[in-house]
Amino acid sequence: MVGCVFSTATHAALADTWAADVLALGASDVNEQVRAVNRIARRGGTEAIALLEALNDTSLQIDSTGAAYRKRSSGGVVPIGPHSPMPPKPPIMAPVIDNELRRALEMTLATLRLTSPDSRVRRRAAEEIARQPNDSLAPVVRQMLVSERDVHVRRALALSLAWVDVESLDPSVRIKALLAIADSPGTAFKPAVERILSQTEHRKPVEVDAQVRAAASKALSAIRWLETWTNLLSNLFYGLSLGSVLLLISLGLTITFGLMRVINMAHGELLMIGAYATYVVQQLFLKYLPNHSDWYLVAAVPAAFFAAAIVGTIVERLVLRFLHGRPLETLLATWGVSLVLIQVVRQLFGAQNVTVANPAWLSGGIELFAGFVLTFNRAAVILFSLAVVSFVWFVLSRTNLGLQVRAVTQNRDMAASMGIATHRVDGWTFAMGAGVAGLGGVALSQLGNVGPELGQGYIIDAFMVVVLGGVGNLAGTFAGAMGLGIATKWAEPVVGAVLGKIVILVLIILFIQRRPQGLFALKGRAVEV
Amino acid sequence: MHRRKANTRFWIVGLAACACKGPAESQTQTAASTPPEPAAAAPAVAKNETGPIRVGILHSLSGTMAISETSLKDVALMTIDKINAAGGVLKRKLEPVVVDPASNWPLFAEKARELIQKEQVAVVFGCWTSVSRKSVLPVFEELNGLLFYPVQYEGEESSYNVFYTGAAPNQQAIPAVEYLMSSKGGAAKRWVLLGTDYVYPRTTNKILRYFLKSKGVPDDGIMEKYTPFGHSDYQTIVSDIKKFAAGARTAVVSTINGDSNVPFYKELANQGLKASDIPVVAFSVGEEELRGIDTKPLVGHLAAWNYFMSIDTPENRQFIAEFKAYAKAKNLPDADKRVTNDPMEATYVGIQMWAHAVEQAGTTEVNAVRQAVGYQVMRSPSGFNMALDGKNHHLHKPVYIGEIKADGQFQVVWKTEGPIRAQPWSPYVPDSAKKIADWSYPWVCGNCTEPKFKLEFPLTDTNNNP
Repeated sequence: MVGCVFSTATHAALADTWAADVLALGASDVNEQVRAVNRIARRGGTEAIALLEALNDTSLQIDSTGAAYRKRSSGGVVPIGPHSPMPPKPPIMAPVIDNELRRALEMTLATLRLTSPDSRVRRRAAEEIARQPNDSLAPVVRQMLVSERDVHVRRALALSLAWVDVESLDPSVRIKALLAIADSPGTAFKPAVERILSQTEHRKPVEVDAQVRAAASKALSAIRWLETWTNLLSNLFYGLSLGSVLLLISLGLTITFGLMRVINMAHGELLMIGAYATYVVQQLFLKYLPNHSDWYLVAAVPAAFFAAAIVGTIVERLVLRFLHGRPLETLLATWGVSLVLIQVVRQLFGAQNVTVANPAWLSGGIELFAGFVLTFNRAAVILFSLAVVSFVWFVLSRTNLGLQVRAVTQNRDMAASMGIATHRVDGWTFAMGAGVAGLGGVALSQLGNVGPELGQGYIIDAFMVVVLGGVGNLAGTFAGAMGLGIATKWAEPVVGAVLGKIVILVLIILFIQRRPQGLFALKGRAVEV
Repeated sequence: MHRRKANTRFWIVGLAACACKGPAESQTQTAASTPPEPAAAAPAVAKNETGPIRVGILHSLSGTMAISETSLKDVALMTIDKINAAGGVLKRKLEPVVVDPASNWPLFAEKARELIQKEQVAVVFGCWTSVSRKSVLPVFEELNGLLFYPVQYEGEESSYNVFYTGAAPNQQAIPAVEYLMSSKGGAAKRWVLLGTDYVYPRTTNKILRYFLKSKGVPDDGIMEKYTPFGHSDYQTIVSDIKKFAAGARTAVVSTINGDSNVPFYKELANQGLKASDIPVVAFSVGEEELRGIDTKPLVGHLAAWNYFMSIDTPENRQFIAEFKAYAKAKNLPDADKRVTNDPMEATYVGIQMWAHAVEQAGTTEVNAVRQAVGYQVMRSPSGFNMALDGKNHHLHKPVYIGEIKADGQFQVVWKTEGPIRAQPWSPYVPDSAKKIADWSYPWVCGNCTEPKFKLEFPLTDTNNNP
């Protein structure tokens, strides 16, 4: 534990000064730290705020005389306050901070920020205070409300007073509080509002004043409306993000399964190869281009595509070419190929997971409203999957190769007699399907773990989507993937993650019984199974 | 052509049948459920009394648990090297036999049997998940083997053939929840119990429910959620946690195991769940699991263990130096960034205690060593004299609660004065509170309510359960 030691003589001289407070921040006893925080907060002013903010984000450094500095992420320190000479005199240390101190700091900082000249800062501070009941701050907030002009800040301040005012003895104050809640509803207030609308055991209403009850029901319906919309939108987002992952992993499979009727059990491993290609690109960037390491993902996309396509071509040439038209043998052979690929990767990279870090521009999220955070990595995966689908659609419908692929899918013999080299088309198609699987691997590397068994966890889902959506059909795969994703995410809050998967599987089985060709079946005169 | 096709089909079906037979065989070996009374001195397989002593290491080196278990194999090999360098045991060298059960629970049982019967090991150090331990338990009890289990677990067990060097719930889970309930820990009123779906989290959460109920937490103040092994989509769960926590101080108790922790913590960070708001205390996340994650957004979240790498004692400094030197010498991947954690310390302590017991007993024979292990006391890297309790087969351990720091280490925020005794049968669960684990006379059982043998004059105090 890092503590701060100074002689009692110096202590007396520094007592009741800025430096003494700063030194106390470095104490090993958290109670002393909290007391120092409160003393600094009482001083107020921009220096106090800067000091406490530095303490909160662990960039604060103090030396033995009580001079405070903030560590910059680019290196070096910046002085805080009037008494910090540059350069800092060693030894300097960083105060130890734990959750207890953080809780005290956050409230104190929010209160301090309420006096900031910037209205956005004041609004954020007021919203922070409004999130939980804080009786001790109520008088301060009331004072602020009197002089506050900004409408957003006023609303947030009124909301933080609502915690205390719903219990007030004066009914008009209660009504005002409930109307403030109705104005900016939040799930946090639901228990308090429901309590007002509840009945005692003798079926008598807890709240006698009818006007208060009316205000309370207004607040409750506002909260319920917000909750419904938040649930809807967040489930939609989660469903879409799961759907986009399913789409990426099954797009390649629909191409190869659809065209060549090849049950490719090594498809999951192609995903895994794409993910490992991303890892290799990341390592290369870290080694040779460390300043731009965050952009490795952009280079990883083509790298993964080609890596997986090459592996796919090798598999097609060496194994699948000889098993044309024999689905059982292909299944067994590709399963064997998948084992070989897993073992090769284990030999090259080790049996454990490898770390693929999210670049900074993909980390975090923004809170759109009340508890729903749009995470950047998931949003990026959704956009990426749409881009990949458009790319595949473009190739299939606007290029010569795509035309040939579609022809061979519909009727191989007829296409052959039209002069299309079906074996060459097979090779290109398998390569493309494998490449798209590689792109799926890039997305998976950003969302979960990258290990040799990555593919095994997704192969079943990929086949599920392909079979559900209709084989060889882009629209079917899209509908199947998004549908499954949204259905899973609707089921999960209700029955849990484990049971949700089972429920979805049962539903798919039932659906396939009634409609074996899937959602969008290919129409054609000689579509063999 | 027709016949060739039929022949090929026959061949394929036959191959498939052979492939399916493998797992079915191992299924029959794991049929046992509750730990039975020990086999009356099952005849030990004839062991070599000269030459190297073979020691089995049964940890997953691939699969979802490899992230946690590989380092246990490494520290076991390091400890064995250390013992050999000091002359070995009974003047014989220790020879490690490493197998990889690949996070496959039935395979654990198969490999355990292989270690004891085919490889003739004197002892096995292994297992992490409780399901792997439950799978191998019938094998050890049938073949009278000895297993040292180094990982924190859910209790409700005390086998004649197992020594538990990991924490029981009263040495980890209960103190962690008590800390979060206290004002220092945030005075949590509502609780989210989140875990992987298998025996350890389910049982631990059952115990915690009874404990929370005894502390006055209502049923609707507890939310329990489970995810399968290897799950990676935690969006809905984290969002549900935020909804559940709105308006009241909430804490999350996480028993998620394996590499699922990585996407879970990533989602926590991305959705902005602050530790000062909704602290998450994990029981299966240590320095090793944090090595693969960007820990800056996780600062302030907690873990409860009996050892942290950041504990500053001369014994720990030596332990860490030894392991880092070993990693460098053996060219382990990422050798300079390797860390030590609680199960590694438990493995380190367990192997040395077993070695001391063999010296004391003068033989590697299981029945003799088992009695000697109960006498062992050793100074652990955490700086305490740890004793292995011969009565309930558990290690006395101190409890530490630490907050994650930006560098992936833990900052201790609470600890016990010294080691505390394990309670394998939780006093909070009504059924378990009656049971006693005491392998000494007159009880001689791991889960009974009555002693096996009757004393002429019964003891005045039942000094078996604290």
